[in-house]
Order: sequence, then structure tokens, then C-alpha cells
Amino acid sequence: MATFSNETTFLLGRLNWDAIPKEPIVWATFVVVAIGGIAALAALTKYRLWGWLWREWFTSVDHKKIGIMYIVLALIMFVRGFADAIMMRLQQVWAFGGSEGYLNSHHYDQIFTAHGVIMIFFVAMPFITGLMNYVVPLQIGARDVSFPFLNNFSFWMTVGGAVITMASLFLGEFAQTGWLAFPPLSGIGYSPWVGVDYYIWGLQVAGVGTTLSGINLLVTILKMRAPGMTMMRMPIFTWTSFCANILIVASFPVLTMTLILLTLDRYVGTNFFTNDLGGNPMMYINLIWIWGHPEVYILILPLFGVFSEVTSTFSGKRLFGYSSMVYATVCITVLSYLVWLHHFFTMGSGASVNSFFGITTMIISIPTGAKLFNWLFTMYRGRIRYELPMMWTIAFMLTFVIGGMTGVLLAVPPADFVLHNSLFLIAHFHNVIIGGVLFGLFAAINFWWPKAFGFKLDVFWGKVSFWFWVVGFWAAFMPLYILGLMGVTRRLRVFDDPDLRIWFAIAAFGAVLIACGIAAMFVQFGVSILRRDRPEYRDVSGDPWDGRTLEWATSSPPPAYNFAFNPISHGLDTWWEMKQQGATRPTGGYMPIHMPKNTGTGVILAALATVCGMALVWYVWWLAALSFLGIIAVSIAHTFNYNRDYYIPVSEIEATEDARTRQLAQGV
Amino acid sequence: MTYIRKFARLPWLALLIPLAACKAEVLAPAGDVAARQRDLLVISTLLMLLIIVPVMVLTVVFARRYRERNKDADYRPDWDHSTKLEFVIWGAPLLIIITLGALTWVGTHLLDPYRPLDRISADRPLTEEHRPLPVQVVAMDWKWLFIYPEQGIASVNEMAVPVDRPVEFTLTSTSVMNAFYIPAMAGMIYAMPGMETKLNGVFNHPGEYKGIASHYSGHGFSGMHFKAHATDEAGFDAWIEKARASGGTLDRPRYLELEAPSENVPPMSFAEVDPHLFQRIVNMCVEPGKICMAEMMALDAQGGTGLAGTMNMTRLTYDKDQRRGTRAPVLGWEPFQVASFCTPEDSALMFGKSPELARAPVDMTPMRGHALTPPKGPFTPSQDNAVTLLDPAADRARNF
Repeated sequence: MATFSNETTFLLGRLNWDAIPKEPIVWATFVVVAIGGIAALAALTKYRLWGWLWREWFTSVDHKKIGIMYIVLALIMFVRGFADAIMMRLQQVWAFGGSEGYLNSHHYDQIFTAHGVIMIFFVAMPFITGLMNYVVPLQIGARDVSFPFLNNFSFWMTVGGAVITMASLFLGEFAQTGWLAFPPLSGIGYSPWVGVDYYIWGLQVAGVGTTLSGINLLVTILKMRAPGMTMMRMPIFTWTSFCANILIVASFPVLTMTLILLTLDRYVGTNFFTNDLGGNPMMYINLIWIWGHPEVYILILPLFGVFSEVTSTFSGKRLFGYSSMVYATVCITVLSYLVWLHHFFTMGSGASVNSFFGITTMIISIPTGAKLFNWLFTMYRGRIRYELPMMWTIAFMLTFVIGGMTGVLLAVPPADFVLHNSLFLIAHFHNVIIGGVLFGLFAAINFWWPKAFGFKLDVFWGKVSFWFWVVGFWAAFMPLYILGLMGVTRRLRVFDDPDLRIWFAIAAFGAVLIACGIAAMFVQFGVSILRRDRPEYRDVSGDPWDGRTLEWATSSPPPAYNFAFNPISHGLDTWWEMKQQGATRPTGGYMPIHMPKNTGTGVILAALATVCGMALVWYVWWLAALSFLGIIAVSIAHTFNYNRDYYIPVSEIEATEDARTRQLAQGV
Repeated sequence: MTYIRKFARLPWLALLIPLAACKAEVLAPAGDVAARQRDLLVISTLLMLLIIVPVMVLTVVFARRYRERNKDADYRPDWDHSTKLEFVIWGAPLLIIITLGALTWVGTHLLDPYRPLDRISADRPLTEEHRPLPVQVVAMDWKWLFIYPEQGIASVNEMAVPVDRPVEFTLTSTSVMNAFYIPAMAGMIYAMPGMETKLNGVFNHPGEYKGIASHYSGHGFSGMHFKAHATDEAGFDAWIEKARASGGTLDRPRYLELEAPSENVPPMSFAEVDPHLFQRIVNMCVEPGKICMAEMMALDAQGGTGLAGTMNMTRLTYDKDQRRGTRAPVLGWEPFQVASFCTPEDSALMFGKSPELARAPVDMTPMRGHALTPPKGPFTPSQDNAVTLLDPAADRARNF
């Protein structure tokens, strides 16, 4: 048990020597992270990369670079989140027969909370935001998003939230409440120290970024589409992104408000969610799931889009039932707001309320099922090329249906009464999030990597990663279904019943296989980068997969301005049609292109917000006030910066486009 | 639910035997409610497999058949619509969901944990002699307290019930949310502080079953489990007698001691228990000097006590922060306490002459509200409208 003190001093708030964790595991982690960090910083300094990083990446407002930075953030946080997962698996297989395992409850409870928070907010969210950021403007033939500066600012706010969350590892503690921090446990009475405050401020800072990026992409899709691209001509990935961003804009404010109310309870003694004085913890659970359920669809919808693009491209066929797909997506978007109560049937709502929410949940499986059939019939009468993205798609289809089935099962209230909060539930949502979201992201990485970097990913290591992942996933999570049916609850740290151990052992073995899959993926990146100039890796055409949508019309990687001329859309699958009609690429008559200028304001604002969040966690009131004032001042100052756009001169466009013309001539 | 009964006898249950062998209590329960929940689980799974299996088979078949190297397969790159297929694509899941939805509606109502049981097991209806056994359950940090109001005993982390007798659990919690779950008996239900939930269940087979906390509740959560004994009547009586012989009284001071956080608590029992203890726990007024929530709500329903209400703040604060060694909000309680009143007269009244505070509510009409006794009318007999729900005459308190 950690010792802590809430005695505050003016200068440092409640920060003192006790804030440094005593656990040797944390110390070892700190040493490794510190050595790695120092090495990275030293390398950056040695090769004089700081200026380059700052000018070309950190301050960039280019949607492509921001998209890539989002995905880099997601990958880094993914390693952290997975480390938590493997520690849990080890503890659960260890702590049998009177053994306490190697983690005390204070540490273990932080780990499962951090695992959930990090995987959802700092892995899945940045991953899909990065993907949408990179691909959507290219697919709709735009040169950037609607609000390029806001995009940069959103990214850095997400980084700020991640920094606050990570800081809790080495300074103080993280929440020990489960990933949604239900009160009264997350109230000041039962979580008195900094854990829940880290949780709150980490999510609030990142939440600003997510909401703003949602607005940004929504406006981009509505206002920046290429001429001729009506809503019903939008690529399906853009459609699903559009719906996901509607969900973000409509649901993240709910999360923000709920956390503000919890903050007020913790900081100023209000009673929204306390046991006493009229507070109602059930209200928090309702509110957080009114955000939380749409959040699930925010994660999965864009990946449904990815699977549609991949299936259609690699089957060499138009997507079957495009409009049916669009309506299914819209149905899911609307219905996702009508199902939140299925997360707590067992809280004691009446039978009618429970049946209503159970049945609405089942109804969502109808459009989802329709989507699955549409992918099937896209493959039907196609010519399927088994490149890596398509392999991930097939794996997804076979895995996701099982997760969907167990999901509908949990939507039947009487069944939920015996399975709620059990490992069956854990298996279910990992089944849909890994089998749906993560497999989709891997498909997307393999699919769009050549577009982003100009060379393909290594197939051998990609397949190694694929098989380790798929087999590892089944080995890690099928035992959890069985354990759930044996009546084993989630979040347990020690076990009595020796019969359970074999299943935990299989699950732990599965986690090791997944670890190999992750390692193989990083090897795949490394190998591909080293071999990027070999002809079998290099993508000179800009269209390595014989694609269908506009992003494949430009070079790989695309120039800063994406398209020298605004493309014009005459139907669905614009680029496919252009190829069919033998459209030629214009090589002259360029006009200067109006582009936004880089700015460091986003970095500065997010840094101030991070400092403000940390100060609020530790009750350093003067610093919180100062940094908040700083945010206001910098924001106002930024509005006076009129030097925020420039024109790319014709000569530069000519040079870039001529280089591409030469490249294309060589390639073909 | 005869069709469920028929279903339950079908040979496909044999498929579940391997799973049951590995102690899958959810699939092989010992109580009728859990068995019916299991049946619904299995039927829903089979219903969905009707569509899942074809999808999985089709995926594999199409994936193989339309691979690039198979040049014999039909290739139609522009074929992207078929009204007939769309009809099937949307219709087939719709039909399954309609069936499942109907099953859900019926099942949810029949198996509502609040609904008293209508049968002991599939072939035994409920009769007069099956009077439900009331058991009051309190989720504490981190142990379970069971109070048997009819027997007047209490136990911690151990409970016993007679086989084939319906059990009516009434649940609450002392501090944070939890969920009460005996997988072999019936589904789970949340236990929440300041609130009361109900669960009806029955055991059909004698044995010792595991009972668990199935909602994370803090550091001692892993050790918060109990043994549930299902015995015959004689065994149950013996268990009660053993508790009576153990001595010890669970009164309010003892309860407050017990309530302090503790982990991996071995089973213990109390020969006697304060008959109002459970209602005091629900109403968060076990500590001396606290107003019970029901009383407060009753006062509020009559318009409150005016200015005096503002002075009751501290008496209404029943969270256990202080006793757990934790602390007040960052800014302390001071900003939220009444420092003065609008007029000097009020201030003088409130701070000076405290006996005045005891004035009765101005509104003397009988209280109205959900589950309160109705006001006296020409055709209703006169009833006592006591404000407190801790009426010693009442066996079990009224449910506000």
C-alpha cells in the first residue's frame, strides 16, 4: 500500500518525496524508460534533428504529417498498454494456491485501470483519428482539412493527455477504479489521493483534442469535397469517418461534462455523485455510458470503412450494395445512442426498461450483419488478391462474427444477469475491439503505408505478425469465454480454485504469442524501411494496389498540396473510373496553390494545458492559475498572427510534378 | 415457459457436458432461476448460430473460390447490386432478431430479479408451504454481511439456505457499489449504498456453492467471496443454531466496528442482531446522531424544516470519509457551511435560540407519496402517519 499525504505546501501543493513510487517494478521501468529516453534525445541532438523535427513535424499543419504523428503516438502508447496487459496475465496465472502473485492490490488495480484507459483513449482513438486525418482529405480530393491549425492543436492536446497519464507511472499513482472510474469509489472519500485526478485531467486535456478534431473532420467532409462528389459519391471510408465524427462531436461533450461534475465533487465538495446529500452515483454510470456506448462505434465505424475499401480493392470489384452500406452506417450511428443501459442491466432497472435496451441493442446487429453480408458479396464473383490488408480482413470477418454473437448474447438481459462483469464480457469486447478495431487498423496500415511513405511493407514479416496475432488472439481470449461461463469475475487479483489455472495459463500463452506478433510488426516496419529502395518495395506509381478512390491518384507520398489540380468526381470510385476512361494526368498550366503556414502555437498551448493539468492534479494552485492564464494569453495572441498562409509558387509545383512524371515513366 | 422445458431436455444439452465438467457453473447451475437463465443463453446462441455459421462458411468458401489464381471462377467487376440479395441480407438478421426480441421480452419479465418466484423448479410449482426466506445482504469493504431477520441472526462471508425454499434477498452496500452473485443459484444484482435492491432465487440441489462480489469495489475486492450452503431444512436449522450458539450481538456499535475496511475476512456469525440494523444501513443512519434518509425525505416532502434544514448539514453527511482517515474537499467544508442568514433576525434565531429549531413542520397534513400510507379518507381506516420508518411494530420497514 502506498503511503501518501494530502498535506499541501504553497510551492509544490501535495507533491513531496512520498510521491515517488516504492515498487521495484516501477523503478525498473523508470530506469529502462530513462535510458531509452536519454538515448533518443542524445541521438536527436547528435544528428541535429531537433530543428528538423520542430519545423517539419511538430509545428506542421499538414494533415498527412499530423496523421502520421497520431499513429506514432498510438504505437508508443500501445506498447505501454500491452505491457500492462501482459503483467495482468502473469499475475493471474501466478496468484494461485495461496500465492499473492507478484503485484499488490495497489499496483494491480492501477494496471487494469491504466490498461483500459490507455488502450481506448491513447491507442485506439489516436490510431483512428490519425487514419482519418491522413486518408479522408485525400479521398475527397482536398488539400488539407478545414482548420489546419486546429488539427495541429488537437494532436498536441492528445499528446498532453497521454503525457499526464504516463506521468502517473513515475509520480504518484494512477486511478484504481476501473477504466470508467465509477463513483462512489472514484469520489474523494474512497480515492483520496492523486490517482483519479490524473485520470480526470489526462482525459480532459485529451478530450479537448478529440472533440476539436471531430469538429474539424466533420466540417472537412461537409465542405471540402472535390467538385462533383456528392454525399452519395463519397468513398465508403469517408462515409464511416463522417458518422464516427458525428458521434465524436455529439458524445465527447457528455464525457467532458460528466468528468467536470466528478471534478467538482472531488475538488469543491459538491454532491453530484456522492452517497450523501442527494448525490446519485447511478447518474454517473448512466452519463458515462451515454458517452461510452457511442465511443464503441466511434472506434469501429471507421474500420468498417477500411474493410469495405480493402475488400473492394483486393477483390477488384465495386463494393456490393454501396447505398445499403451507407444506410447501415447511418442506422448504427443513430441506434448507438439508444442502447447505453445494456452496460448495467444488473443495476435494478425494471424488466420493461431492460427489455427495451436489450432489444435496441439487438437491432444494431441487423445493419452490422448487413455490412458483413455486403463484404461477402463484394468478394463473390471477385478476383481476390491475398495481400496483407485482405488477410487481415478475412481474419476480421471470421473473428468479429463470434464477438458480435456474444455481444447479442450479453444484450439478452437474463443472460447478462449471469455473465455481466465476468471474463466472458472481457472476452466479448476484446473479441470485437481486437478482432474489429485492431485487425482493421493493421489492414489500414498495410494498405495505406505505401501511400504515406512511398514503399510497401515487407510481406514475410507481415505474415509472421499476422499469424502470431490471429493465433495469439484466439488463444488469449477463448479461455476467457470459458472462465466467464465458470463464473469468474473480471479484475480479480488472486484465485482459490486451482481448476481455473489451466485456462489462465492458456490465456497467458496467447498473450505471449501476441507479444511476438507485435514484435514482428515492428521488425516488419524496420525491415521495410531498410529495404525501401529495392524495386519490389518501392511504389513509383502512387497506386500500388490498383485502387479505386482518389488517394491513389496522387503520388506516394503525396506532395504537400496533395493534388496539383482539384480532381473532379463523376461517380463512385472516382480514381477507378478515371483509369477506366484512360484519363491522363495534366502536366502543365499550374496555378499557385494557397496553403496554411506552420505554427508552433498548438505545441505551446498544449504544453501549457499539460502543465495546468499536472498542477491541478497536485494542487499547485499558483501554477494552475498561471498556466491557465497563459493559455488564454497565447490564444489571444495567436489571433493577431496574420502571417498564417502562403502560396506555393508555380515553379515549385512544376518541379514536383515533373519529378513525378519522370518517376511514372521509369516505373511503367 | 413449457417450450423452454422441452428444449432443456433435448439431446443438444449433451454438447455442454464437457464444459460442465470443467465446473462451468453458469451452464450447470443448481438453482431454477440460473437454469432458466442458462436456457435462454443457450437458445439465443443457437438462434444466432443460424446466421453466424452460414456467414463463416460463406466467408471461407468465397475466400477460397474467388482467389486470384482460380481463373475458372466467375469474375464480374461491375456487379454491385441485387435487390433480391439485399432483401435477404436485411431480412434474415431481422427475422432472427424479431424472434430473439420476443424471447428477450418474455424472458426478461419472467426472470426479473424483483419478481417473486412462480415455481421451485421446472416440475414443481410454488405452493403455500413455500414461504420465501428473507435474507438481508450488505456489501461491505471487503466482506459480505448476511442478516436473517426471521431467525434474528447474522453472519459474515457465509450463508445457508434450505434447498427448494425460495429466498428473497434484499441488498444494500455500506460504501461503494458492488454486485452480489451466486453463479449456481441466480443472476447477479448490484448492491448500492443508500439504496435497496432485490433478488429472488432458489437452490434445487444441496451443496456448497461459491458466492462472489462481481463488481470491482477497491483493494480488498479479490478476497470478497463467501460460501453459500444449500442444505435440507434440518441442516439449515442446525446452521442457525450454530450461529445462535456462537454468541455475540451485532448492534450498531459492533456494526460500525465491522464496517471498517478489512480483507479476506474468515466467516463469523452473530447470535443476535439489531432488528432495525438493515434499514438503518440503507438509510445511512447507523452512526448515532445521523438523520435517516427516509426521515429526511419525509421532512422534505412536507416542505422541509425551513431554515432549520440548513443547520442539519453535518447531520446529513454520512459518508465515511472521516472514519476511513481520509479528508474533506480541497477547500474544506467551510465554504459550504452556513455562516450567516439573510436577516439579523434569522441569524439570531438560528444561532442563538437553538431550542426553536425543534419546531414541528408547519404543514400538519398527512404525508403523501409513493408507498406512504394514504391519508385518512371517509372510507379508509385511520392510520398512523409516523415520520420515521423505524417503526418497531413493523416487521419489515416500509419501502420509501
